Amino acid sequence: MQVYGTELAGRFLLGTALYPSPAVMQEAFRASKAAVATVSVRREGAGSGAGMVFWQIIAGLGIPVLPNTAGCHSVKEAVITAHMARELFDTRWIKLEVIGNSDTLQPDPFGLVEAARILTGDGFQVFPYMTEDLVLADRLLDAGCEVLMPWGAPIGTGLGLLNRYALRSLRAHFPDVPMVIDAGLGLPSQAAEAMEMGFDAVLLNTAVAKAGDPVAMARAFALAIEAGVLARAADPIEPRDMAAPSTPVLGKAFLA
Amino acid sequence: MTVHHILGAGVMGLCTAVELARRGASVTVHDPLGLPGPHQCSWWAGGMLAPRCEGETAEEIVVNEGLKAVDWWQAQGAEVTRNGTLVVALGRDRAELDRFARRTTGHSLLSAEEVAEIEPLLAGRFSRGLFFAEEAHLDPQAALAALVVRAKELGVRFTTDSAAEGNVIDCRGTAARDILPDLRGVKGEMLILHSSEITLSRPVRLLHPRIPVYIVPRGDGTFMLGATMIESAERNRASVRSVLELLTAAYALHPAFGEAEIVEIGHDARPAFPDNLPRLRHAGGRLCLNGLYRHGYLMAPALARMAADHLLEGRNALLEEALPA
Repeated sequence: MQVYGTELAGRFLLGTALYPSPAVMQEAFRASKAAVATVSVRREGAGSGAGMVFWQIIAGLGIPVLPNTAGCHSVKEAVITAHMARELFDTRWIKLEVIGNSDTLQPDPFGLVEAARILTGDGFQVFPYMTEDLVLADRLLDAGCEVLMPWGAPIGTGLGLLNRYALRSLRAHFPDVPMVIDAGLGLPSQAAEAMEMGFDAVLLNTAVAKAGDPVAMARAFALAIEAGVLARAADPIEPRDMAAPSTPVLGKAFLA
Repeated sequence: MTVHHILGAGVMGLCTAVELARRGASVTVHDPLGLPGPHQCSWWAGGMLAPRCEGETAEEIVVNEGLKAVDWWQAQGAEVTRNGTLVVALGRDRAELDRFARRTTGHSLLSAEEVAEIEPLLAGRFSRGLFFAEEAHLDPQAALAALVVRAKELGVRFTTDSAAEGNVIDCRGTAARDILPDLRGVKGEMLILHSSEITLSRPVRLLHPRIPVYIVPRGDGTFMLGATMIESAERNRASVRSVLELLTAAYALHPAFGEAEIVEIGHDARPAFPDNLPRLRHAGGRLCLNGLYRHGYLMAPALARMAADHLLEGRNALLEEALPA
């Protein structure tokens, strides 16, 4: 999978928040073989070098870092945070979150498009955290985004892919745009389903970090993602309903 | 006679001083800032002796050693309240209570009536609660003062002269990062509230997927509300967002907190190693006791005991080696 001209080493993007300890986080990353680590700039970013040890641990994971603007509720806040992230992590990548509702943490689609346009103009490579709306996707691509990150469900809910119709439609309308299912997954089976539907990758955090055994759950997601990719490539059979016969079966050759 | 020089008069330094002195050792505590005070993160602690609740995310050793801490504090003359811990969650976060129950031990499930019975303030607000009967709490500032009294009774000397030679035991917390490179700070913010309308008999934890809080009664209408956990060594400020989140959670626990007075806002950084477990470690030519994370009052007695075993009886069961990788 390629994003902004960079080949990613896998299809699993994993967050660095909420683990019982940094040591457990490191082990979960090893088990996940994640291609990218996301990190919240705003939460841990206070002050000059105050979070240095934690960031060194993240840098020590040895995979690309995707900083995010989690916790930003306005365009201005998100843009400032993105600039801070670029300095801190020396990367043009930014996972853009503009939160529209502080309770559900759902994206503000209007602010998202505006912030994406500003940041693309500033030379950023924007990964927008978005709802699964088709028109929003169009606007974000117009704003210069080369990857889309629709949610499966609200952050931290673990509800999986809530709107399969819209997600299928999104995938079908933009077959060549890299798409990452971001947020809302709770179970590996949901990640496998996302890959079977043709999405390019999944991004998650809570499902692994707050599992009773984060390391085992990281491995479970890695296996499920691999299974989903394999299944997609293997051209699965079409489902067929034979439960309700159209004519009486009795007395007929069963292939007639 | 060998003199043991302890650097730092926080909870770790004082527990070690008392533990060594009560086994007959000669001890001097060095702290350039003098006796316990707001310059130490122990000063701002919650003071919950809640090993079973901490077991939700902490390793088993924290639960097992923490269970012994209550008796230790009482034996040193600290005032400990053994009233247990009540854990509740708001209606839509009910799943959090189930998860918490699955991952901890030593609790009983309370009905709405039983919650109201033990904490009348919360009557009608929670349909269920978890009660951890064995747990206890103390007032950290009073407990530190009690340790100083106990240490002085045992002949421990206190000095602001930071120069120490010979047998040095380093209990400086985050300041020891100069010799412990893997030590980090985990920022915490808390508030002290006062209200004569509110009565709680025990620490109450309100679970939430993002902002879990606890409220510890300190007596006379004073309550400690804590605490954030932020990956940062910053010590000198509390953010509006953190304070808002803490206060919102308190208000959700009971609207009467909306009328409470904000007495003080505390902020500091907890010293922690990458696995959030404490360590005894030889570094920089001295014995270092550090990394207590959010378990200062829970784990300092255990570390002090292990340090004394090592220094006075030559036992080498250093925590660092005793722990599985």
